[in-house]
Amino acid sequence: MASGHEHTVKAFDQDISQLRALISQMGGLAEQAIYDAMKALQRGDLALAKTVRKKDKQIDAIEAELEKLIVRVIALRAPMADDLREVIAALKIAAVIERIGDYAKNIAKRVPMIHAEGEERIEAISILPAMGQLAADMVHDALDAFSARDAQAAADVHASDNALDDFYDSIFRTLVTFMVENPRTISQVAHLLFVAKNLERIGDHATNVAEMVYFAATGHYLADGEAGESSGS
Amino acid sequence: MTALSPAPHKMSARGVSVFYGDKQAVKDVSIDVDMDKVTAFIGPSGCGKSTFLRTFNRMNDTIASARVTGEITLDGADIYADDMDVVQLRARVGMVFQKPNPFPKSIFENVAYGPRIHGLAASKSDLEAIVERSLKRAGLWEEVKDRLSDSGTALSGGQQQRLCIARAIAVDPEVILMDEPASALDPIATAKIEELIHELRGRYAIVIVTHNMQQAARVSQRTAFFHLGQLVEYGETDNLFTAPREERTKDYITGRYG
Repeated sequence: MASGHEHTVKAFDQDISQLRALISQMGGLAEQAIYDAMKALQRGDLALAKTVRKKDKQIDAIEAELEKLIVRVIALRAPMADDLREVIAALKIAAVIERIGDYAKNIAKRVPMIHAEGEERIEAISILPAMGQLAADMVHDALDAFSARDAQAAADVHASDNALDDFYDSIFRTLVTFMVENPRTISQVAHLLFVAKNLERIGDHATNVAEMVYFAATGHYLADGEAGESSGS
Repeated sequence: MTALSPAPHKMSARGVSVFYGDKQAVKDVSIDVDMDKVTAFIGPSGCGKSTFLRTFNRMNDTIASARVTGEITLDGADIYADDMDVVQLRARVGMVFQKPNPFPKSIFENVAYGPRIHGLAASKSDLEAIVERSLKRAGLWEEVKDRLSDSGTALSGGQQQRLCIARAIAVDPEVILMDEPASALDPIATAKIEELIHELRGRYAIVIVTHNMQQAARVSQRTAFFHLGQLVEYGETDNLFTAPREERTKDYITGRYG
């Protein structure tokens, strides 16, 4: 969707590139937060978990900066057509990435509770990283689609959410089985349930990003199921 | 025409070209204008939008070198037919220009002039009623009702433009053509003109030429984008400004043209 031509007003081009840079910077931080939170969970790395929590402030700060920039662009440039769609998409994507960051932070917050002193490492943790990987990949792919203005890639991300939902259902059943078999671990496994739920929510938000990217790129809404199912998952 | 067919278009242009001497200013343009819609023509300077607008009431007749080909109909009747009365046509298809151009006469006379020469008023009180109604529709009545005998040229720019709109309305037109009606006005006067266009919509078919894209987006339901004499894209205003189909339209409305 990016026009090959430059705006007559050069400052407008600068605003747009700054906006894109901020989105990818913010997205990169959120993606890293998911990886690090999951790594901290797996390894019981409390220091890393703490870093994830601290770094979330950076994501929040970029969101605030983006919001200011977008308000200014709308007020001064009155964007139209693909510019308008991109600016609106960026505004919504920024809010969504901020939420993704919050979910990663929430996972990191649970690490000390799951790995409480004296508690032995529970086996159930091992089934979560694969789901974490899938959720992080969705975020990564949705943001790549934004950078490339790639509607098809966005539709593919949208479609892959089903896989993540299936993953969540299966993990939920497995974790419940763990609790039934080993009631001493119930409080730890309950935290893992929340972790899985957070990952599932991250996937939903990545799907929202994909929808916005699709809209920005094409001017059409990604109708539920439509483009998503045709590309398969 | 069967009951099922859509309402006929108020005005239709088919394959219209306009030449100034050897130079072709408008190239084979076809477009329909409807009663309940405001249609906006946008495009860079010199794209032919004003020239094309002026074919709708044969204003180009006044330019010796101008030649129009193709067909333009009003309620299905060819307005370039030999038996078309141009004075009558311009009463039915009124026009408002960029620069307010009231007659150097009183406010009352500015509005009364048209109905009087077209014999629309049977009596003095009839004429007064037409003037009041026209000024009211143009949103100017409250501001001038106590000084109708003042000169029209003594009004502010925005008031003068609304006076010109009242003058166009007074002869009970069916179509109103507006050529950059607000581009010489300040933002408040512009807002009043835009509000007026909203109020007039439905009563008249309105076609507006504007350089201000936000204005086109605000006041119109349909927008036509002209470039180098061609009609590049014509569609619903909502779609044209959010997701234009043509690359050239997009480049123009996003400020990349040139």
